[in-house]
Amino acid sequence: MVKSDVKVLGFWPSPFLMRARIALKIKSVEYEFLEENLGSKSELLLKSNPVHKKIPVLIHNDKPVCESLIIVEYVDEAWSSSGPSILPSDPYDRAVARFWAAYVDEKWFSALRDIGSANGAEAKKAAIEQLIEVLVLLEDAFVKCSKGKAFFGGNQIGFLDIAFGSYLGWLRVTEKMNEVKLLDEVKTPGLFKWAERFCADAAVKDVMPETDKLAELKASAPPSS
Amino acid sequence: MSKGEVVLLDCWASPFCLRAKIALAEKGVEYEARAENLFGGKSDLLLKSNPIYKKVPVLLHDGKPLCESTIIVNYIDETWPSPPLLPSCAYERAKARFWSDFIDKKVFDAVCNIWKSKGEVPETAKNEFIEILKQLEGALGEKDFFGGDSLGFVDVIAIPLTCWFYAVEKFGGFKVENECPKFSAWMNKCMQRETVARILPDPEKVYEFVITLRNMFGIE
Repeated sequence: MVKSDVKVLGFWPSPFLMRARIALKIKSVEYEFLEENLGSKSELLLKSNPVHKKIPVLIHNDKPVCESLIIVEYVDEAWSSSGPSILPSDPYDRAVARFWAAYVDEKWFSALRDIGSANGAEAKKAAIEQLIEVLVLLEDAFVKCSKGKAFFGGNQIGFLDIAFGSYLGWLRVTEKMNEVKLLDEVKTPGLFKWAERFCADAAVKDVMPETDKLAELKASAPPSS
Repeated sequence: MSKGEVVLLDCWASPFCLRAKIALAEKGVEYEARAENLFGGKSDLLLKSNPIYKKVPVLLHDGKPLCESTIIVNYIDETWPSPPLLPSCAYERAKARFWSDFIDKKVFDAVCNIWKSKGEVPETAKNEFIEILKQLEGALGEKDFFGGDSLGFVDVIAIPLTCWFYAVEKFGGFKVENECPKFSAWMNKCMQRETVARILPDPEKVYEFVITLRNMFGIE
């Protein structure tokens, strides 16, 4: 384990927190995890992320890093000599990984949220179809990026695996609560198998929240969240 | 300086295309700019190169497409490393990425909220825009540039948006120079750089372009 003064501020169900934790696990970095109560944010959070006041925040030797994908890149660079690289080494492959990670945060995230907030069966059906369209595009991206290997990043988990994989817990909850298969062996065979491999990976399995716990949280949350 | 063929699918008024042009110019990279007619119909090359968003800019390096302006600037910085736009220290790089992301999330939306207003621009829209510039002033601190002594990554991401500010000032009835003098001083320093002064379009022309847009959208 690499010893260093590292704290992570987060909220356990957050896919964005998971990204930071996976990156730190890949690099074998020890850290202190500080759970935030989002209803009442800590002084440390407000001081470390005054602009957005959001988690996750990584604090390394008292210096805060904010925004989950920026944290992942920082971890990759700050502990570059420990563990495998998270970003690809080729500049074009890096640009492609960043492009799809941004796509995931913009299109995938909003499509997933739309299912949760859809009112009525028709709206829900439309939202699900929209998400499946996004998944088909991501399947294509997976085939191109993985080049026949296990992950978007190749033989090991990389930047785009972390960016997209961190949503799998919530994807499973959505499938369960809407009784629908989103990742499908027929429509998205590559992603279907990738998801199993990702969730079983050593860097992921201890930091992936349990689907049942996420479902409980969703069920107890107010309707609009 | 040539490392292959570089083509940029471009629109003269787009601050996002200007980012790529300034980055390429700073690196001394020759490229061909191909103007897209965003109102007349997008070219086959654009639709093929950026099927997801169908937007400019697209950088084609030896035929391989790159999309999304901040990602393009990052790619240019990594492919032609000298002079560097991102700092070398990991923490400073994270800070630069943070402020680029902030600019991407906030500035252009705030600009559009002002010029898209029907009738008088609401105070909230003006205040939000000014507040964003003040936050950027905080990030700038006492430095000449966001990059320190010279133009860096955040400067390249931010400066193209400023050629839309004259239009915002005209519609909003305020001046950036009065509200955010530090930010205005940074703008002037950037304009002293030959690449920036040469590449940024005349703000008057952008203002006329915005008026055309308003007419197209039926905004009075």
